[in-house]
Amino acid sequence: MSLLLELRGLLKLYAQQFKTTFASMVQYRASLLIWMISQVLEPLVYLIVWSTVSNGSGGSVGGYTARGFAAYYLALMLVNQVTYTWIMWEYEYRVRQGLLSAALLKPVHPIHSDISDNLSSKLITLPILLVIVGILSLIFHPAAATAWWAVLAFLPALALAFLVRFLIEWTLALAAFWTTRVNAINQVYFILMLFLAGQIAPLTLFPRWLQIVADILPFRWMLGFPVELLLGRLTPVQALEGLGAQAAWLILSLVLIRSIWRAGVRVYSAVGA
Amino acid sequence: MNTLRLIYVFFRVSVLNETAYRVNFFIQLFQSLLELGTALAGLAVIFSYTHALGGWRPDEMLALVGVYFLVGGIISLVVQPGMSALIDSVRDGTLDFTLTKPEDAQLLVSIQRVAIWSLLDLLMGLGVLGTALVRLGQSIGAAEAAEFIGMLLAGAVIVYSFWLILASLSFWLVRVENLLEIFQSMYQAGRWPVSLYPGWLRFALTFIVPVAFATSVPAEALTGRLDILTLLGALGLALLLFAVARLVWRLGLRRYSGASA
Repeated sequence: MSLLLELRGLLKLYAQQFKTTFASMVQYRASLLIWMISQVLEPLVYLIVWSTVSNGSGGSVGGYTARGFAAYYLALMLVNQVTYTWIMWEYEYRVRQGLLSAALLKPVHPIHSDISDNLSSKLITLPILLVIVGILSLIFHPAAATAWWAVLAFLPALALAFLVRFLIEWTLALAAFWTTRVNAINQVYFILMLFLAGQIAPLTLFPRWLQIVADILPFRWMLGFPVELLLGRLTPVQALEGLGAQAAWLILSLVLIRSIWRAGVRVYSAVGA
Repeated sequence: MNTLRLIYVFFRVSVLNETAYRVNFFIQLFQSLLELGTALAGLAVIFSYTHALGGWRPDEMLALVGVYFLVGGIISLVVQPGMSALIDSVRDGTLDFTLTKPEDAQLLVSIQRVAIWSLLDLLMGLGVLGTALVRLGQSIGAAEAAEFIGMLLAGAVIVYSFWLILASLSFWLVRVENLLEIFQSMYQAGRWPVSLYPGWLRFALTFIVPVAFATSVPAEALTGRLDILTLLGALGLALLLFAVARLVWRLGLRRYSGASA
């Protein structure tokens, strides 16, 4: 019964957060537009670069035609949009300004308002991105040979990718408790993401040893794996292995987040606290 | 002469200010090296599958990366810090202090802040460019070199004027930081030759946000790809934008009412 009450409380919190986020996003329409440009431009550039390479080398590179690359990068745009977080910049600001004090006083874990803020803003940006992806599809004619089971398996893979990415980036954001130079840490993280999550190129285009590294680390499971799954580039066994790896990283990041959060709050001090 | 003296003074003040925070140097060095490493590794991945990207050979792409870092370094060294400071000072009225000084105010706001650690990006760009030049060797004649320097200067003027126009909009609008960010996020597209892009994107990168003139056009000049029309166009645009920027700045100043007035 108390669990049910707690769930209902959380639901109310999420609904309220949606209203707040929506109001602030309507207010800052211009930031929204600029954020969309940078979100779309990077995969678009790689789409064009790899299509050029593909067309220049007899129509196919590493199993991808120009239209295959188009499908890969448009799917990547979507998955990236769903799993993206900006919490690492947000936390640095919160800790530096002492804004965390108010959040710590609330009777719920602050991660809940962050999750709901993240999801709410995506409810608003996702339709815009879908329109952009639709227009880009008309220009670049994506093509993929996918299967019904792959599309079905894509949904849990996407949900797990979101959770793992959110938890890992939230944990990483807590670095702000210990250092003021989080920018350098973030940059290292984003470069690892760029190469090992499949942003700079589909991971199958990399040398074998790098693919093994990518399999062990979490990055592939937060972005590249759902994309490849959706495009029907994985066998059923590979798909199951991938879902397993995602589940393993989910458990691991839950353990990590608990211990690091506790340690972090202990070193946090704000003026007036 | 006086302009050079002023630039030197402002630069010196920035150096004195920044050398108090020496750790920043190492952090910036670390970040710049990472960024360069990422760019080069990206090229390595692509050129492991092809000999030429849209007709650009690896060494020519290296030259483009060099120009990208060089111009990016210039932007983050003086242009971006100065223009952000201009927007802030228009909003809270501290532009008054600049206007009372007996020098040209446009010059003063343009050089008022120097983020000296960005020199690292600039030097790295020069290093990469130098490496590319050595490897390209004799294929670069005096004509290419002259065209390259001319296009680099034209590109710098275009970028500076574009930023000044946007920043001057703060005399009329409240929030223009966002507009500046559009340039920053579009700039990454300049790491590749604009000739790769489909027409609509090339148009946007040339005429709406002039990234192409900053990186692609100088690199085209260096590798002997530049046609006379683009050359004249870039020079013309540089002059035109510089004049427009001056005009917008003047009109904006007339609207500026200051903090105490």
